[in-house]
Amino acid sequence: MTDLTELGVAAIRDGVAKGDFTAVEVAEAFNANVAAAQEALNAFIVATPEKALEAARATDAKRAKGEPLGKMGGVPIGMKDLFATKGVQTTAASHILEGFTPEYESTVSQKLWDAGAGMLGKLNLDQFAMGSSNETSYFGNVISPWRRKDGGNAALAPGGSSGGSSAAVSARLAPAATGTDTGGSIRQPAAFTGISGIKPTYGRCSRWGIVAFASSLDQAGPMARDVRDCAIMLEAMAGFDPKDSTSLDMPVPAWEAGLSGDLTGKKVGIPREYRMDGMDADVAASWDAGIAWLKDAGAEIVDVSLPHTKYALPAYYIIAPAEASSNLARYDGVRYGLRDLPDGAGLQDMYAATRAAGFGAEVKRRILIGTYVLSAGFYDAYYTQAQKVRTLIAQDFKNAFTLCDVILAPTAPTAAFGLGEKSDDPLSMYLNDVFAVPASLAGLPAMSVPAGLNREGLPLGLQIVGKPFDEQGVLNAGLAIEQRAAFSAKPEKWW
Amino acid sequence: MSVDTATVAKIAALARIKLSEGEVAAMVPELNGILAWVEQLGEVDVTGVEPMTAVIENKQRLRDDVVNADPLTGGDNRDAVLANAPAAEHGFFGVPKVIE
Repeated sequence: MTDLTELGVAAIRDGVAKGDFTAVEVAEAFNANVAAAQEALNAFIVATPEKALEAARATDAKRAKGEPLGKMGGVPIGMKDLFATKGVQTTAASHILEGFTPEYESTVSQKLWDAGAGMLGKLNLDQFAMGSSNETSYFGNVISPWRRKDGGNAALAPGGSSGGSSAAVSARLAPAATGTDTGGSIRQPAAFTGISGIKPTYGRCSRWGIVAFASSLDQAGPMARDVRDCAIMLEAMAGFDPKDSTSLDMPVPAWEAGLSGDLTGKKVGIPREYRMDGMDADVAASWDAGIAWLKDAGAEIVDVSLPHTKYALPAYYIIAPAEASSNLARYDGVRYGLRDLPDGAGLQDMYAATRAAGFGAEVKRRILIGTYVLSAGFYDAYYTQAQKVRTLIAQDFKNAFTLCDVILAPTAPTAAFGLGEKSDDPLSMYLNDVFAVPASLAGLPAMSVPAGLNREGLPLGLQIVGKPFDEQGVLNAGLAIEQRAAFSAKPEKWW
Repeated sequence: MSVDTATVAKIAALARIKLSEGEVAAMVPELNGILAWVEQLGEVDVTGVEPMTAVIENKQRLRDDVVNADPLTGGDNRDAVLANAPAAEHGFFGVPKVIE
């Protein structure tokens, strides 16, 4: 029998529907992989094998009765531990939410269960999704299943913040996983681990029940082995939700049915400002290969300019911490989560002690930056200026999209780096998101697909950014790359 | 602009995060590194540019003026609301005494 954990979303869905194997067999196979890899990779904070089995049994029962199985029928998935899951601990990888067991289910996770998916467990991440290497989790680092081919066994970062998601999908612990992307947190980890991931247009997926980091940027999206699997899962996740005031009241397109790798008549923009001095040679070469592949798919390549690119990261590191400092004010030791009440402490002391004990170093750093840039006397110089620059960055994209349909760029400036290599220097860590953050600031759909391996044998991703609401155009360009890159590498199993 | 230990201590107090003197001292160069880097935004000519308020244009909706229209987010959920409280007593959140 084929190894069921080598199958992706479409293959599992179709195989279960046809009766080639049962959903329970699939869930059991992935549950076994999750358990076997936990000690080495630490991809999950909590495994929920019984939830996966329960959903699988329901799917098999529906099939026996001849009922429809749903878009994700029989597919077990990993759920980033930023989504509230009723009755299952939800921590955002923080100590302050350790033990928090939601009384409700996030809209996105509920939609996935309604579509027939089952939950393998809650995936590790950077604490409150703040990080690019999964080194800020209270529950320990996630270790990438990938290793450099130099014979060493240095532990590499799976990317972040959706590092548990990327590690789990690339190591075949899950056929797909949810991610969230605030400034690259789906795309960069997907690139680091040789998988695909798409952040849809801001507002496509409801934020209700997702632990908030920076509300004007946060978007959920799927991470999976290929473009088709992302399209299927995004269809299940997206849709209007009256409980999220920024939810888009638009129908969800049939993205899977609309997939086509033929780009005849399409124009692909290459932003000249992304070609930076001292760019990694392998990353530059993969970008050139991507250009050639899209040309081969029938697209016309055009030069475009995004002049404010260099200001995107500094603007992001004002706006995101500012929103985070407001959002994270809710963790006060009163309503849920940790409480640290020193002897004789009053209410204010309790707040300060609880937050000191419950937040990690990077979270504190960002709350302090956010508090500072929003404080009286500095608000205009920092926050208002950053929001004006954000307007200019969005305008850059609008101008570029008068000349092209999608934009092609690298996902990240490097392949995966080693754990500990950047964790002492916040700025060098932030710079890893240089290509991802502009699309986040503009709310645009953007995806990463694997392009190949670098000279160290590590995956590199290519990023496609589209117009608002044009996830189809992004997916199709991603498919055109996928068909030509023929990326089949996977991490050699050592765990 | 740069911050000193007094400013960091003040921000930490505003953010309700207790920091030791050593933690404040360690945070000063880190925050100054980040602040010096974001200063480059000052170079951008933003004359006549409106600050971003909504990244994707969207209408603000009003929900129907109906009590508990959505039972999930409406009232009558006291036990669920209190279920994760570190200290819940008599149907209320418990906090240290605030009035002397």
